[in-house]
Amino acid sequence: MDGGPEPDTNTGTVKLEGRSPGQLMWIRFKRDRTGVISAFVVGFFFLIALFAPLIAKVYGKNPYTVYADERPELFDSAGVPVQPNGGISSEFWFGLEPGNGYDVFTKLIYGIRTSLFISLAVTVAVVLTGILLGVTAGYLGGRTDYWIGRLIDFLLAFPSQLFFIASMPVVVSLFVSPRDETPTYVRVVALIVVQWVLGWMSLARILRGTTLAIREREFIEAARVSGATPWRIIRREILPNVVTPLLVQATYLLPSFVTIEAGLSYLGVGVVEPTPDWGQMFSKASTELVLQNDITYMFFPGVSMIIFIVAFNLLGDSVRDAFDPKTAR
Amino acid sequence: MLRFLVRRTLGAIVILFLLSIVTFLLFFGMPRDPALLMCGKTCNPTSLANIHHVLGLDKPVPEQYWIFLHNLVLGSNQFDQGPCPAPCFGYSYHTNDLVWQTLMDRLPTTVSLTLGGAVCFLIIGLGTGLLAAWKRGTLIDKTATGGAMVLSSMQIYFLGPLALAVLVYQTHWFDKPAYNNFTGDPVTWFTGLIIPWVVLSTIFAAQYTRMARSSMIEQLQEEHVRTARAKGMSRQYVFFRYAWRGSLIPIVTIFGIDLGSLLGGAIITEYTFSLPGLGQLAVQSVFFSDLPLLLGVMLFSAAMILLFNIIVDAAYAFIDPRVRLA
Repeated sequence: MDGGPEPDTNTGTVKLEGRSPGQLMWIRFKRDRTGVISAFVVGFFFLIALFAPLIAKVYGKNPYTVYADERPELFDSAGVPVQPNGGISSEFWFGLEPGNGYDVFTKLIYGIRTSLFISLAVTVAVVLTGILLGVTAGYLGGRTDYWIGRLIDFLLAFPSQLFFIASMPVVVSLFVSPRDETPTYVRVVALIVVQWVLGWMSLARILRGTTLAIREREFIEAARVSGATPWRIIRREILPNVVTPLLVQATYLLPSFVTIEAGLSYLGVGVVEPTPDWGQMFSKASTELVLQNDITYMFFPGVSMIIFIVAFNLLGDSVRDAFDPKTAR
Repeated sequence: MLRFLVRRTLGAIVILFLLSIVTFLLFFGMPRDPALLMCGKTCNPTSLANIHHVLGLDKPVPEQYWIFLHNLVLGSNQFDQGPCPAPCFGYSYHTNDLVWQTLMDRLPTTVSLTLGGAVCFLIIGLGTGLLAAWKRGTLIDKTATGGAMVLSSMQIYFLGPLALAVLVYQTHWFDKPAYNNFTGDPVTWFTGLIIPWVVLSTIFAAQYTRMARSSMIEQLQEEHVRTARAKGMSRQYVFFRYAWRGSLIPIVTIFGIDLGSLLGGAIITEYTFSLPGLGQLAVQSVFFSDLPLLLGVMLFSAAMILLFNIIVDAAYAFIDPRVRLA
């Protein structure tokens, strides 16, 4: 969509050499300015998530310090930071959280870390399940295909958001008794599990369709005639050919998992204090204390999430365009 | 048409039946004891066993499920709280009210929120999308597309509290959103829901704008549209009579899914604005471990989704004459 007139990448190069579809995609992607910028933004978020402890160390604070206790002079009696704009100062770059007085900057970067870790784990689980069931259904066909299809139909009828909030306590209770304190990792595992269970269907369906189309092609037939086992055909012939829809779908799935996870934490069934989490910051931001006094706090999780989601969606569009330049926009 | 409806309804009932088994197992078959939470601080084995017996939790799970199904279809007089007529989900653990009655009490809020929101986002979303497609490549198109991109990436849990803070807490232009009965006073009904509608439809309208635009542009490149233009029909006529009708199909699909899931409880919107609808009910029943209520909301919600799936498929036949239902 950007850049000058498009030269034909297939023939118009100096050296005549064969290019793999992957290389062609990469060349097209590099020319898409929006895509490259979004890729940098998305990469930036992942770097922040990865190096959050390091950044916090350099910055000299951590997201668990309750500044309402440590430095009570910074807060008024209600727990709102005394300084204007949510207590933003050279010491606290993004201000202080009303209430407990956590440092917002470290809380945000650690929160992004938690959310991205969970969503990445869900995406990996969903991609693996999608490949396993989708490709199997498409390649084997017949009864296997029928039953996997019915399973997908059935799971799609689930009210997903309701299922998430209803099953979170159940999954947690599998690990700990209701009387005990729930460790954070249990909640994280539960979040990953519930999103995974209801997250894989759309991808599996798309992969099934793609596999179904590929299965009829000559090179699969050739492989079959030359005696390749089904396992080898799936691994060596089909999988490389479903990478395109897989990658495109994965770039759309990950941001949606980020927003689902944040929504669950917002409703209070996901990650809870004191563990920093993107969504949990929204639940803090919607308390009367923040709404009534100073809404600066709200913008840090809000704006950062919008930037992240917009960048990721633009990246998804660019990846799709790069793979399939025919699609019009 | 009739055969189609019967077949799909039967299919939906089978899915609901399977779903009730899965949900029931999830809630009652897991090593989580709802009685333990109700038992409180002074819990001893005798009182725990007593609660078990009252709730019927001392029976094996398949038997509990059978009783649940029996009550659901035929109603029951076995409850201590009183009779429980036909769609009987039992009584809430927490409030001791009939579950079905609670659901019906909460439904008008959710319906008002959903339908009001849907009218807004359909008109705004489709209107902007069509305009963008009509003026493709111009400044209007770019503004609409860019704005829709950003707005559709917003979340209700950000936009909702933001609207509350600005419109209610800081400027006092509006009262806190609340649900008032429409039959009681239509004006307060309207004013109480206006912020939730705006927030809900902002995000949805942005999504529909993007969808309508891309669907429309795709349709305009179809061959029958080109033929119609080549025959000398005006751009306007082709746009609204040919392309528009074709572009409706994907939109209707998504709209049916959205409407069905919103009617089953607009969870985050209702939670944000403290509206007493089905979604808020679900969140509350999770916190009180109110399993009969949760089961009720879950099945009701799933029934809504399935119902709208059927409606959408039936609607295809009206939009697209090529579709024959069987």
